[in-house]
Amino acid sequence: MRWYWIDRFLEFESGRRAKAIKNVSLAEEYLHDNFPYYPIMPASLVIEGLAQTGGLLICEHGQFREKVVLAKVPKVTFYSEAVPGDTLIYTTTVEYIKDEGAMVTATSHKGDALHAEAEIVFAHLNDPRLGSLFEPETFLRMMRLLGAFEVGHAADGSPLRPPAKLLEAVNGTGA
Amino acid sequence: MPTKDEVFQKIQTALVDALGVDEEDVKPEATLVGDLGAESIDFLDIVFRLEKAFDIKIPRGELFPEDILTDSKYVQDGKVTEHGLSELRQRMPFANLDEFSKNPVVQDFGNLLTVADMCRFVEGKVEVTD
Repeated sequence: MRWYWIDRFLEFESGRRAKAIKNVSLAEEYLHDNFPYYPIMPASLVIEGLAQTGGLLICEHGQFREKVVLAKVPKVTFYSEAVPGDTLIYTTTVEYIKDEGAMVTATSHKGDALHAEAEIVFAHLNDPRLGSLFEPETFLRMMRLLGAFEVGHAADGSPLRPPAKLLEAVNGTGA
Repeated sequence: MPTKDEVFQKIQTALVDALGVDEEDVKPEATLVGDLGAESIDFLDIVFRLEKAFDIKIPRGELFPEDILTDSKYVQDGKVTEHGLSELRQRMPFANLDEFSKNPVVQDFGNLLTVADMCRFVEGKVEVTD
């Protein structure tokens, strides 16, 4: 099972805000266990999608140098259930980014209706032993798959591009 | 310029938001780690909320001096040395280190800080009217 809990970025404003879409589909395996003949997307997976939206935003801001992991959810409120056929729009806004970690406020909308809102805190892990867990290719592939570079903007408003060092790491020596 | 009461209220709100505790739990004598259940990830969150609530900057290590507690100059065999203790006293005039000094085990330091210490810390950074 691939751990993608968002399908595509709609907006990606480096260091500030990102918006992503998550389509809930009966073709997703987990819905047939949760629950049999009564499919509901678990809140934890909505939170994971919000965390991926925000986490990639934080990660890109640091040029993918830091290992950004979900560390804490201080607050989260759900107003309705997400069910097959729903299109969820996740919006995450950066509250702060520091050396040790970051926080975003996040919302999930079904159309105009607020589905959920949360605060999500991330930690920056810099233990060198973790190097092999997070390959640069993984982030680059994820960002490309999700269309971040198609809709994204850097801080100065120019189109978002993968950081040169990341491309080098993926392609070998500066090809 | 906030009053001491207003400082306490804002700190209370920050701790309720960061730690998920009830308002009544946040008493001046409550310790952050022991009574309110704060963990290391919470300290980052708390510092940010204080910065936002009081419009101040809290450089890393100013409220929680982790750099002293992890420095072999100041810590030996899991205990803070005399040199380390005097560094701590200098860095944390808002906290009372007398009890901790009697048996300065590093692991116990986390349980030192009370809500009242945090109030004194913030009062030291903003101008307070009584």
